[in-house]
Amino acid sequence: MRMDALIPLLPFAAFAVIGLSDLVGRGLRDRAHWIAVPAVLGSLVLSFVAFGSVLSGGPHDLTFFTWAVSGTFRASIGIHIDALTAVMLLLVTIVSSLVHIYTIGYMQGDRGYARFFAYLGLFTFSMLMLVMAGNLLQLYIFWEAVGLCSYLLIAHWYERPSAAAAATKAFVVNRIGDFGFAIGIFLIFTRVGSLDYDRVFAELPKHLGETVSFAGVEMGVVTLIALLLFLGAVGKSAQFPLHVWLPDAMEGPTPISALIHAATMVTAGVFMLARLGPIFSLSHAAMGVVAAVGAGTALFAATIALTQNDIKRIVAYSTVSQLGYMVMACGLGASVAGIFHLLTHGAFKALLFLCCGSVIHALSGEQDLRKMGGLKSVLPVTYWTFYIGALALAGIPPLAGFFSKDEILFRAFVSGGAGILFWGVGVATAFLTAFYSFRLIYTVFHGPSKVDPKAMKHLHESPAVMTVPLVVLAVLSVTAGWAGLPVSGMNGIEAILGPVLSPGGHSETASGLLLPLMLVSIVVALAGWITARYFYLTRPEMPIRLAERASALYRLSLNKWYMDELYDRLVVRPTNRVADRLWRILDVRAIDGAVNGVGWTALAWARTMRLIQSGQLQHYAMVMAVGTFVILAVYLVAH
Amino acid sequence: MVPLSYYVILSLIVFMIGVIGVLIRRNIIVLLLSIELMLNAANINFVAFSHYLQNITGQVFVFFVLTVAAAEVVVGLAIIIALYRGKATINVEDVNLMKW
Repeated sequence: MRMDALIPLLPFAAFAVIGLSDLVGRGLRDRAHWIAVPAVLGSLVLSFVAFGSVLSGGPHDLTFFTWAVSGTFRASIGIHIDALTAVMLLLVTIVSSLVHIYTIGYMQGDRGYARFFAYLGLFTFSMLMLVMAGNLLQLYIFWEAVGLCSYLLIAHWYERPSAAAAATKAFVVNRIGDFGFAIGIFLIFTRVGSLDYDRVFAELPKHLGETVSFAGVEMGVVTLIALLLFLGAVGKSAQFPLHVWLPDAMEGPTPISALIHAATMVTAGVFMLARLGPIFSLSHAAMGVVAAVGAGTALFAATIALTQNDIKRIVAYSTVSQLGYMVMACGLGASVAGIFHLLTHGAFKALLFLCCGSVIHALSGEQDLRKMGGLKSVLPVTYWTFYIGALALAGIPPLAGFFSKDEILFRAFVSGGAGILFWGVGVATAFLTAFYSFRLIYTVFHGPSKVDPKAMKHLHESPAVMTVPLVVLAVLSVTAGWAGLPVSGMNGIEAILGPVLSPGGHSETASGLLLPLMLVSIVVALAGWITARYFYLTRPEMPIRLAERASALYRLSLNKWYMDELYDRLVVRPTNRVADRLWRILDVRAIDGAVNGVGWTALAWARTMRLIQSGQLQHYAMVMAVGTFVILAVYLVAH
Repeated sequence: MVPLSYYVILSLIVFMIGVIGVLIRRNIIVLLLSIELMLNAANINFVAFSHYLQNITGQVFVFFVLTVAAAEVVVGLAIIIALYRGKATINVEDVNLMKW
């Protein structure tokens, strides 16, 4: 039990040691990984221990300290580990450990090497504390903390204006979601008077009938709470319409992209949906919104990923799309499937990003797909691991992505009604996913080389510290799905998470549909694969002709549905204009005017009044004499 | 027997001459003389009231005033000489350093 406390504290200690030593004097510099890597590996081992003991012995609870007491309100910081948390711990520590190791190679020689490791430690710590939270307040604090860490890491190369802008964007967009999340928590507190999960889950159903007026609309308080909490998840898990920050977050170093996308940032939103599932399940309306937003995002992001030319951007949009699947699953009440996909996605998305990093590293920083090609023979390890990642993402059996995605699609189909529609959207997305995954493979590794001759000279496979994590993740990408085989008795994920996430148990009524639906998924994924093969290997001129033929659609996709431009027009520029006005008028004129005005008034008075001092002694004497006479006269008259 | 009011009026006249001299004349030596006039106007009052009240204290006080006035003239003349050496003038209008 006590050992559990070390899981988050080890990365925090690494952060503190590296960070402090970097502040004073020369610091650890390029030896920082000697502290960071053992710390996170320690967390990994302890997470396995905790996982084992939770499975056999039930949830663990440990309170570090009571943070605040006010009336009946108590907020404590501590750890609460149940099956869901234990699974998340494994995901976070595994991905984080591999990213740490990979970073040794990728960031070698970087000026901010030690700083990077320090923030990695803080990031891991924050995410671990987030998943181990036992109350909403702790969840919220570390929810903000991961946002802060992602800001710091995206802006790692802060001297680049684009990186600084991307970090700010990530932070600001997340603030919008967090705002809703915070209000949702306030609302819960006003109704329940406590923020502990158990109390909230137990008492919120009593408030089901109550309504509250919000923005002039009378609505159920529980629905409102669920929607506000979901707004937080929309921000953090990059769902439409707050998805815009995630692709821009590519400005950060690649290891951080892997960490954000696979384990520590975007997963927080889905985790929160699953963790607070009891609240969401109270409101059908909110669940519908969650599912619809998830499904919409899945398809929307997939259409964008089709045409992007930046290798990391494609993977980034695929994350947005896959997160859409998970959110949809949570919205359909199948959070077990959602978390299952979260886990497998964590494995293959971390793999894909680290592979991207390896490619970019090999090409001396080149990220443009159009300047790649034919890298298969030069980067054999990267090629094969990338291939496995793409297969898993595309949902080709028996790799990880297939089982988890299929579980979600199956759940959608059997939920009936709108679920059939969601299933259709999911299948269409699956086709697009397979297509762009293999577009990536074929344009990067196959075909004629379009590599810049200058970069060609430095072309090399990455060192072992980078390829070993790739191989480990590739193995996980193949095998992770087997934890949740859709066969009764073999579904480990359902067995572990089912009791926590859906105590009622799933109805397996339509299991006769399982095989046909699975076949549909396989056919669709293969169709996407074959189309990509045809487009990018057999007939490389086809995509160009198609882009010309349907140029409007092509441009819509290439420009990301003009979402950034839309926000720029609707939000960014008006805000800037208002801020500019406020600065010029309110700040410069009113506030500075008042402050300077006081000074100027005194100065002007002094300038006038000093003229009285002529330096002529007789003037002073005259004033004195006249004054004396006047006073005397007044005195005499008065008496 | 001259009535007391005559002395007071004389004293007032002398005093006013002194005040006006200080206020309007430009020559520093004349200013010094005017100050002496004011002091002596006060002395006239002292002596007159001393006689009127048959109290010798007023006449004794006059000696003190004369002594102080003599000392004051010494200091004043010394300042004027120093001033003249420095600024080559004894016109008060030219001595206006004490200002902004």
